[in-house]
Amino acid sequence: MRGLKIIVLAKQVPDTHNVGKDAMKADGTVNRAALPAIFNPEDLNALEQALKLKEKYEGTTITILTMGPPRAAEIIREAMYRGADNGYLITDRKFAGSDTLATSYALSLAVKKLKPFDIVICGRQAIDGDTAQVGPQVGEKVNIPQITYAEEILSFENEELIVKRRLERGIEIVAGKLPLLITVNSSAPACRNRNAKLLMKYKHAKTVSELQETTEDYIQLTKDRPYLKIEEWSVADLNAKDEWLGLSGSPTKVKKIENVVFKTKESKILSTSDNEIESLMKELIENHTIG
Amino acid sequence: MANFYSDNKDLKFHLTHPLMKKIVALKERNFADKCKYDYAPLDFEDAMDSYDKVLETIGDICANIIAPNADSVDQEGPQLINNEVHYARGTQENYEAVKKAGLIGISLPREYGGLNFPFVPYVMSAEIVSRADGGFSNIWGLQDCAETLNEFASKEIKDLFLPRFNKGATASMNLTEPDAGSDLQAVQLKATYDEKTQKWLLNGVKRFITNGDADISLVLARSEEGTTDGRGLSLFVYDRTEKAVTVRRIENKLGIKGSPTCELVFKNAPSLLVGDRKLGLIKYVMSLMNSARLGIGAQSVGISESAYREALKYANERTQFGKAIIQFPAVYEMLSVMETKLKAIRSLLYETSRLVDFYKLYSKISDQRKLENEERNELKKYQKYADAFTPLLKLTASEYCNQIAYDALQIHGGAGFMKDFSIERLYRDARITSIYEGTSQLQVVAAIRSVTTGIYLSWIKENEAANHGHELDFIKKILIDMTTEYEKCVSVVIAVNDLEFIDFHARRMVEMAGNIVMGYLLLNDSARDLEYKKIAEMFIKRSLSQNKEKASFILATELKDIAAYKIAKL
Repeated sequence: MRGLKIIVLAKQVPDTHNVGKDAMKADGTVNRAALPAIFNPEDLNALEQALKLKEKYEGTTITILTMGPPRAAEIIREAMYRGADNGYLITDRKFAGSDTLATSYALSLAVKKLKPFDIVICGRQAIDGDTAQVGPQVGEKVNIPQITYAEEILSFENEELIVKRRLERGIEIVAGKLPLLITVNSSAPACRNRNAKLLMKYKHAKTVSELQETTEDYIQLTKDRPYLKIEEWSVADLNAKDEWLGLSGSPTKVKKIENVVFKTKESKILSTSDNEIESLMKELIENHTIG
Repeated sequence: MANFYSDNKDLKFHLTHPLMKKIVALKERNFADKCKYDYAPLDFEDAMDSYDKVLETIGDICANIIAPNADSVDQEGPQLINNEVHYARGTQENYEAVKKAGLIGISLPREYGGLNFPFVPYVMSAEIVSRADGGFSNIWGLQDCAETLNEFASKEIKDLFLPRFNKGATASMNLTEPDAGSDLQAVQLKATYDEKTQKWLLNGVKRFITNGDADISLVLARSEEGTTDGRGLSLFVYDRTEKAVTVRRIENKLGIKGSPTCELVFKNAPSLLVGDRKLGLIKYVMSLMNSARLGIGAQSVGISESAYREALKYANERTQFGKAIIQFPAVYEMLSVMETKLKAIRSLLYETSRLVDFYKLYSKISDQRKLENEERNELKKYQKYADAFTPLLKLTASEYCNQIAYDALQIHGGAGFMKDFSIERLYRDARITSIYEGTSQLQVVAAIRSVTTGIYLSWIKENEAANHGHELDFIKKILIDMTTEYEKCVSVVIAVNDLEFIDFHARRMVEMAGNIVMGYLLLNDSARDLEYKKIAEMFIKRSLSQNKEKASFILATELKDIAAYKIAKL
């Protein structure tokens, strides 16, 4: 069985699971400075699936592709500490303000530039926007089939991947011809931890912009060890059209932002008797809380 | 995200001790490995950064995988199925995580797939793992066996076994037998050489073997027929794939229940001789035990950290008589004393690790080239100090660990006696630390030599001579007085010229020395960072009163008084 060339799409996101009181700015936008930047959790699930394939099929390589500000290079290194081989950071001021359409446009250009590949894999959605649109949009733009809500890649035979999908009412096992795109659910196995040797090897990996802030020794080290270089791609590198990028390329407009404050209004104490449980169930079904 | 390394700034403080510069230089030898291995450090700063980052990874795994599994592992325990040990589900998950993270073989050289870390960061990893789960720290910590093979085995054996560790091989050290516990000279498991296969065949029974069904086992066995003492014993390495050992049972223990303790039956089990015949106990096992004792020191500090945190949390949350119980003198004093003890044994742990580092590094260099005069003196000094500090650490850390766990449970009151809080597990897990790898009583036997030959005293005098700054003079003066008192007690006991009299007072004298040593260590910590001053002051003042009590007893005893202690009869 041959090795696979895998591209993992990953995003650095504000850690919205650990939100403090200054998480939102007065204007209703996310205060990114107050939240630690982390590897989008479902992208880590996707990376783990890629790493499992790498363990199984010798010669498999994993490339991380991310779009974001210069510091998003951190998640490329994080992926390298876990077994990714290299990474590309798409970064340019012109990308600022991109919605899912503009983002998937930029990512799709980068994916095409990385051809040939076998699999593009990413998390179902990012925890900052929760749209679940970027993965499928990239698939469409690159014009490859896609398998969404994946929980496990079961096997690779005859140029086909067998994938288990987690759906609302059960699981579905599907086959897909390569090349294809897969989005992975959070119900998939958690990503492994950093590996000590890879950590020590790749902690020196830097983008060109980061290298400019280091010493001569470092620049020499990157020359001696080419695997330490994290590629940076700008708008020009991708031959992207300016009007399709950033705010001008983003039809999504924020209409209104509401602050939702959770308050406990009233509480009900129920006994464990069957009648009371049944009447609660009825009530919850009637007001569509469940069902 | 929770992290057991970065949430405890004591650790980084000890990791960045000034002597690390010299330790790293001796360990990395001009950083020559950087040309051969892509993960070798480029310079001192890079090495320290690597230790820091790897410890952070360990802290992450411990806080988010191992610690959350600890209660279920304790309840489930390992099982014996078809003669094979099966770890609890949580243990399997823990091991998979540390294996994938490449955290086995931390101190092994890079040529065998190791990380080539010095003892300080290795021992620190052990402390962090033990805080997460004291039982699991045994399974993880038995990678010590790799170090013993690396030190004493032939190149063939090293090539065969060592690369397997970083890939996740488990290990065990098979010493104890039903009739050979503290007295290992009585080991009877028989080793006979088989000309045909050119291997040694092992026959007999081993008992209380931690992780007994491991991939790689070091086995102490009698290779010299007709002998009865330690000089007839050799060390062997056995590979589990030979399938010639039966696990008769897994013991049902009070604590560290996740760590399988096995009774093993060897039936013509093929094995290879490690090093030379007859040196098994007197050289190799002694060295292995010293590493293991350092490991128990780390385990004790880790369990203590965990117990202290549980107690502190509960004391802040629990209200009685209208306020949090931490506000009552009886409770806050207990907590402060616990913290003081914890910091004292932690300082002792890392001082011992540095001493062992220096000793091992100089001896390694001496295997390869002739040492310079100054180096030879350093080797001698550090060997003495390492030998003196290892039993002192094992004794003190494990005893304090038990005291801290006891007090931490006490602070929980009735709730602590229930299975609802993890303190009951910590209390049970703590209990073994002062028993295995040599009981506290045996540590005293090993440590008393350093009292009578003045090794602790010379370490104390060396530290007394250092400049600690005027701000700390008032506590240093107490230590100087305590030293005078200690010297007096030791000379009085020695003057009686009776070995039994020395043994009778041995624990008291070792503990007096230990109090002064830990006092100086906390003083040194305070000189580096004044935040430690409060702890140092509290520890030294309490130690002063303890040492006075011991001294007054020692000075009031005569040889004939011992007879009164021999009245206990069955």
